[in-house]
Amino acid sequence: MLEIKNLHVRLEAEDKPILRGVDLRVAAGTVHAIMGPNGSGKSTLSYVLAGRDGYAVTEGTAMLDGADLLAMEPEERAAAGLFLAFQYPVEIPGVGNMTFLRTAVNAQRKARGEAELSAGDFLKLVREKARTLKIDADMLKRPVNVGFSGGEKKRNEILQMAMLEPKMCILDETDSGLDVDAMKLVSEGVNALRDAGRAFLVITHYQRLLDHIRPDVVHIMADGRIVKTGGPDLALQVEKNGYADILAEAV
Amino acid sequence: MPVPKAKLDALAARIAGLDLVRGGWAGTARAEALARLGAMGLPARRDEYWRYTDPADLIAPQAPRAATFAATDEPPVFDGIDRLRIVFVDGVFDPALSDDLTLAGVEIELLSKAGQIDIHWAREVYGVLEARGQAPVQRPLAALNTAFAAQGVLIRATGRAVRPVALIYLHRSETSDAILHHCIKVEAGAELTVLESGPAAARFNKVMEVDVAAGGRFHHIRAQGRDHGRRAATHLFARLGADSLLKSFTLTANGVLTRNEVVIELLGDDAVAHIAGAAVGDGAFHHDDTVFITHAGLRCESRQVFKKVLMNGAVGVFQGKILVKPGAQKTDGYQISQSLLLDGDSQFLAKPELEIYADDVKCSHGSTSGAIDEVALFYLRSRGVPEAAAKSLLVLAFLAETIAEIEDGTIAEDIRLRLQNWLERHGR
Repeated sequence: MLEIKNLHVRLEAEDKPILRGVDLRVAAGTVHAIMGPNGSGKSTLSYVLAGRDGYAVTEGTAMLDGADLLAMEPEERAAAGLFLAFQYPVEIPGVGNMTFLRTAVNAQRKARGEAELSAGDFLKLVREKARTLKIDADMLKRPVNVGFSGGEKKRNEILQMAMLEPKMCILDETDSGLDVDAMKLVSEGVNALRDAGRAFLVITHYQRLLDHIRPDVVHIMADGRIVKTGGPDLALQVEKNGYADILAEAV
Repeated sequence: MPVPKAKLDALAARIAGLDLVRGGWAGTARAEALARLGAMGLPARRDEYWRYTDPADLIAPQAPRAATFAATDEPPVFDGIDRLRIVFVDGVFDPALSDDLTLAGVEIELLSKAGQIDIHWAREVYGVLEARGQAPVQRPLAALNTAFAAQGVLIRATGRAVRPVALIYLHRSETSDAILHHCIKVEAGAELTVLESGPAAARFNKVMEVDVAAGGRFHHIRAQGRDHGRRAATHLFARLGADSLLKSFTLTANGVLTRNEVVIELLGDDAVAHIAGAAVGDGAFHHDDTVFITHAGLRCESRQVFKKVLMNGAVGVFQGKILVKPGAQKTDGYQISQSLLLDGDSQFLAKPELEIYADDVKCSHGSTSGAIDEVALFYLRSRGVPEAAAKSLLVLAFLAETIAEIEDGTIAEDIRLRLQNWLERHGR
């Protein structure tokens, strides 16, 4: 599904290397977690994959189902099946949540040569998905993320993911700012989307999210590289002993 | 202070080719306006309220040439609205294109006819509100209009008008120089909606005076026409009685030069006035909103919401003032003027002013100038929305606060669509 090889990235504004040779393979139907200390490059990796401006790829490749992600515009990556759940979902005053969702869903369908959803079908679908995430009609009507609590914003991200049905989902610190109940709700939303044709890359600081979204593979990222890969027990080891041991061992 | 000779010379040159229509109550009002005008002369760049907008093309003896334009890519604005149509071609009433001027609850007459008789309700409005609006800021183009307007409509609402009255201004001659003057009286408890659309002429000087009596409600929505070459100087003068309401919205898309002045007096207690404008310009576009709102009554509310989207060297100007007179306690005044500059070439000049002589009031003003929010743009694109559509969505969101001032949902949607189409045509 996702194949990253020797990816090197610099921050354009500061001409500062952030990623220094990331190698990662995520197969369809699996959940991978990336953990790592602050500044290790986890969020940069997610932004670079989604196509945010301000980063220069100096070496390496990133392919999604054999297609060159790095050559595509952000909207093309989305239509190809990539989805990034933002660490800080953006507030967009003046754009209604429903209008936003419908525009996005239909833009992707159009890009893939599929028929657009009718207003009625769309409404039915969004109501059904919103209900399971406990998103009420008022939240759907309000401008995108404006006045939403931290938990509401994250649930709104998962609603978008559920509506867009991407194949490769990247969750960037989706657990930050969530209380236990909200984390459970968000995790259930994610777990409901797990299937054989879809893969997840879950970026997190803490093991606790991984209690709810059980990963198949755990990677530790440090200083712009994946320094260790293991099973779910690797996350437990981090929780218990911190990163220091692993990093010392990796060097 | 004597009037500078240059201003008087400009006036003499400008009115040399104009006819003063005599006779009737309107003849008297015109003569008085000519006297006012003579004491002011025409505006000049050095005048305090013309520093950001060069009046040269608006005061020149001849109207600068402007190509006519017929849109084929969208139906005329307000076409889908059930309305009574009054059509002017290059500033001249066209009975064949207009509907029969009868509407329940409303009296509609032509200035050209009703102005010639001795007694008329419009005598208390025509030139009267304009004259009140000449202090503390002079508005010579409005006095010139009162003096030389031969055409216009006089509308008096005595009940609740079932349909809007639509003033449609067609532009057919490349050299037309139109002057129109409308008077509107909304009687106590009556309600009226007036729509205005079209470029009107190569150059257009229009005054609308609106007198809203106690409990009356007046809605005004206009779209100034897509002609690139047109020029316009318009004035809306309004006087509001107790518990009355006035809401005015203007869409300006294109037009090489537009100066829209709004002068409102909240005289009665608990009156409400909302003035909004959405202006979108690409290239040779200079758009100026100059607003003066006077709070004289108790507990009155005023809102000014002006937004401009500018690209390729377009210029936006906003001069907005709230004056709270002594004793106008519990005034609630709000003013916001914002521009979205889609490139580095465009310019927005804003001069917000507050002058307050009462101690228990709430007044706020804000003015900003900015670019498209890149983070929001990336967020939309990351969900699959193509760049152009995402920009269009963000620009419409920026303008949404102005459209929200239109109460009628159908009219608001028509305006929103115009803006969306404009953004699409201009690659946003």
